[in-house]
Amino acid sequence: MIFGAILAGGIGSRMRIVDMPKQFMPLGDKPIIMHTLEKFLTCNQLDATFVGVHPDWVGYMNDLVAKHLPHAKDNIFVVAGGNDRNGTIMNIIAAIEEKYGENDEHIIVTHDSVRPFVSLRMIEENIAAAKEYGAVDTVSPAIDTIVVSENGEFITDIPERTKMYQGQTPQSFKITLLKELYASLSEDEKKILTDACKICAVRNHPVFLVNGSVTNMKITTPGDYKIAEAMVGGNLID
Amino acid sequence: MINHIYQLIAAGTVSIKYEDISFGNKVIVRPEYMALCHADQRYFSGQRDAATMKKKLPMALIHECCGRVIYDPTGKLSVGQRVVLIPNTPPENYKGEIYENYVEGATFRSSGYDGFMQELVEINADRVVPFGDIDPKIAAITEFVSVCVHACRRFNAIAHSRQEHVGIWGDGSLAFTVANVIKAMFPEIKIAVVGMQRQKLAQFSFVEETYLSNELPSDFKIDHAFECCGGGGSYYAIEDIIAHIRPQGSLMLMGVSEHQVPINTRMVLEKGMTLVGSSRSGRADFEKAVEILEKRDIQHRLRVIIFEDKPVKNIEDIYRVFQSDLATPFKTVFKWEV
Repeated sequence: MIFGAILAGGIGSRMRIVDMPKQFMPLGDKPIIMHTLEKFLTCNQLDATFVGVHPDWVGYMNDLVAKHLPHAKDNIFVVAGGNDRNGTIMNIIAAIEEKYGENDEHIIVTHDSVRPFVSLRMIEENIAAAKEYGAVDTVSPAIDTIVVSENGEFITDIPERTKMYQGQTPQSFKITLLKELYASLSEDEKKILTDACKICAVRNHPVFLVNGSVTNMKITTPGDYKIAEAMVGGNLID
Repeated sequence: MINHIYQLIAAGTVSIKYEDISFGNKVIVRPEYMALCHADQRYFSGQRDAATMKKKLPMALIHECCGRVIYDPTGKLSVGQRVVLIPNTPPENYKGEIYENYVEGATFRSSGYDGFMQELVEINADRVVPFGDIDPKIAAITEFVSVCVHACRRFNAIAHSRQEHVGIWGDGSLAFTVANVIKAMFPEIKIAVVGMQRQKLAQFSFVEETYLSNELPSDFKIDHAFECCGGGGSYYAIEDIIAHIRPQGSLMLMGVSEHQVPINTRMVLEKGMTLVGSSRSGRADFEKAVEILEKRDIQHRLRVIIFEDKPVKNIEDIYRVFQSDLATPFKTVFKWEV
């Protein structure tokens, strides 16, 4: 089976606009996370979609689903998130396996709740590639030159730009593979390896690349939020 | 959710418009296959006059499309059901006196309103027609077939009952499809196709007669005619038809021309002819078109006029499809994977 996993465990410390986590802020006429969740619901290949939110916001998220998506509520499950990104993914995997059992063919399509401009193509290509390769990342070719600095003062290296990509989501995996690799990490490694695809990379498991898009932006700062509002023709909030 | 709408903003330039849509009281369809129409190509390549371009753009192109149902609030269609989409939307107070494709207040997608080049299409429940055993590549041209069905239905309603010989002027995709639809709806009618190219005429293996227009015998007669040329060919086709049609024959005009076409009205009057303009189609025509397309032999024949381009995943692919369409005499069909 194939499962969507919307990651919304954060509490929005970088946004500082309101006390509400950024994924619950309105974009156009509805919360950012609802745009993201609705796009996942349009993918016929997904059997169910899980949403991992901060434990304090589980009730709020359940209310949103009941209010906005009554027709789909049986296929949406809200799960309390973990301490970090991978912790939230592991909580979702635990919830999936509790409900649907363990199976080597289970695939999870993880996605940032604050990337509402994700396209159905990206989700579909993630699923197809996850079936074939086991691990998939969505990337966009780097537009700016990437500069490496070990100390933050002087340039250490400038890698060839044509080989540089910016990591986005969805990131998709065969669940058994991801669990196996995550279990192999030490506690110290878990603190550093916050990106699920990096876990695969450091354990030398190939990760297939799917084309993302510049517009598949992560709404993280007030500037991003203004751009996103302008893109959907919504009301700008300063 | 945020829908991605691929709009033509100027000749040769497509840009994405983002629009919030919801699971509300309309059906949501994921487009699967699309077909290009000359009308789309005329917008894309800037062949329409400047005033029309300014008035109608920006808008998403394409009005020939089939897809799968994502959501249906009426509960009549199951999720995943394949449907063809009707680009014409009659006004809310439509009463049925005038055909829905001509009635004032009707809107048409990819002519002033966003066409089907969208990630997801939000559409009224009565604007989708489900289909079963039709290859989706063929189903993509259902609108094209329905336009031919509409012309045939009007022909049947207007033309006098002596319908032994019908002439079709044109040897392109429209003429080919009209010939197929006539054979499906009125199998007793004998068809003569008049065209410009021998190779194209050779494709009409299922009609009784074919003629090169410059070799048409002087004693050639038909009871009624369908003009399927359009453009610069309209004048010559209509002149030929008026010369060869029997008295009180009906002429179904189907080809679009950007320029005014002189018509020999003296002979139209003398023969008591009926000239009927026929364009676009409505739901009844789509339903009949689906019924016709479900016949395997028709599907096999229509494959001849379809050129399947590579799938479209992004704006660059859209440019490629419109470019390659210019180099093919066939109907360009492509899978939509944005």
